[in-house]
Amino acid sequence: MSLLRILFVVLVAYPVVLIMLGINVRHRARLPRRGPAVIAANHNSHLDTLALLTLFPLHRIAQVRPVAAADYFLANRLIAWFSLNVIGIIPIRRKRERDGDDPLVACYAALERGEILLIFPEGSRGEPERMAQLKFGISFVAERYPRVPIVPVFMHGLGKSMPRGEWLPVPYFCDVFVGLPLKWRGDRESFMGELEQSFHKLKEKLAAPEYL
Amino acid sequence: MTRLSLPPQVMYALLGAVALLIIASAVVLALARIRPERDYTELKLRIKTWWLIIIVFCLAIAFHRDVSLVVFAFVSFLAFKEYLSLIPTRRADHRVLFWAYLAIPVQYYWVGIEWYGMFIIFIPVFAFLYLPMKMVLIGETQGFLRAASTLHWGLMTTVFCLSHMAYLLALPDDRNPAGGGDALLFYLVFLTQINDVAQYVWGKSFGRHKATPTVSPNKTIEGLIGGVATTTLLAVALAPWLTPLTRIESVAAGVLIGMGGFIGDVTMSALKRDIGVKDSGTLLPGHGGILDRLDSLTYTAPLFFHFVYYLHY
Repeated sequence: MSLLRILFVVLVAYPVVLIMLGINVRHRARLPRRGPAVIAANHNSHLDTLALLTLFPLHRIAQVRPVAAADYFLANRLIAWFSLNVIGIIPIRRKRERDGDDPLVACYAALERGEILLIFPEGSRGEPERMAQLKFGISFVAERYPRVPIVPVFMHGLGKSMPRGEWLPVPYFCDVFVGLPLKWRGDRESFMGELEQSFHKLKEKLAAPEYL
Repeated sequence: MTRLSLPPQVMYALLGAVALLIIASAVVLALARIRPERDYTELKLRIKTWWLIIIVFCLAIAFHRDVSLVVFAFVSFLAFKEYLSLIPTRRADHRVLFWAYLAIPVQYYWVGIEWYGMFIIFIPVFAFLYLPMKMVLIGETQGFLRAASTLHWGLMTTVFCLSHMAYLLALPDDRNPAGGGDALLFYLVFLTQINDVAQYVWGKSFGRHKATPTVSPNKTIEGLIGGVATTTLLAVALAPWLTPLTRIESVAAGVLIGMGGFIGDVTMSALKRDIGVKDSGTLLPGHGGILDRLDSLTYTAPLFFHFVYYLHY
């Protein structure tokens, strides 16, 4: 199935992200070369995943795994097949069904296999170009794998290009800011604080026009 | 696909331009080596841009006319996208922007089928009426006037005005025995670029009096006069080779391109000043600031086109 994923990146993600939109990546060198690693990105659009996929070399694409909500992406068989086989998502349940049943087991397994997880800590796309409250899930991953680098990535413009509720992308030049990997300091609260701060710092470098 | 019938004058002109550019590159490299203490970044950037322009230009005219149209449409697309990324936009206008983008292929299609009447009114009339109607149907009134007018200004400059370059290629070849539309296009783009650099060099060397102190403090009256004079001299010298213009007409064409280039440049500066960026490349580094490269042409292309069109077509 890795051939399908490479074809998707070459035939869909590259033309859409690199030609139709055009992204400008700041500090590309901070991206992890190989797994296990986690990319923590803000989320405004379905294009976010496409944009993140273009940041990795083609021979690594099979190991880059977007973590996505099972209730949304497995909703019907066609979307489920596409999400699992073409995008290569790791589906997780957003709501816990039973106590003690860890929804992140599949993420742990992927990291054990040396894969690169794409996590959107806001949980959903929300309002375009606004950051929502971060969810705590990612801190469990950080706690369990304190030595795996967690790299914050702030993106701007993709939410304008294709906000929630729209199925037609409208071209805008987009910006991607890669942050420094976060260090695990021993507790989940301070990890979340650090992640939030890191997003704010990346956002400050952006000079974006007003978007109402 | 290849069109081997590129008029000989245009071939020589292109070769001449490449030779000039090689000399310019060598001079700047030598200067940078001899005087490492001085900053030649601006000149180096300009030379890099000219190489890009000449490559795009050759791509645009060397093949079948349809290929040229696609190249020009893509240039308009990049410029319009950069414009929209720079200005404030509204979430409510998502679908309106899609229609605005659609105007690009349609406008170049009119060029392709040589329907002059539609080419000349499609954006000023139909797009102008249609896009505000779409906005009103969506129903967001807050910021309506600003959204409608900024969108139209962008379409007019980056699509309507620039598409005049492409229409030069659609003009009947027999009216310009000196090389048809290709030669006119080369004449326009070459003189506009030369005018930019001539104004820069004259201004750097002799500039005293600011021409537009509040908009673009680097522009001087001396630079403007020197630039227009240089451009006019070249316009007169090149006209018999590339255009159907008489001596007097070529003087007017030179002044038109010289002045038009200046005004296009400062108009785009005013836009950037209004938004609060120095050049479109600072907000979008790596994206190259294509508006900065095309600002003069947004004025010179339609002005020169209609000048020639009125006199000879």
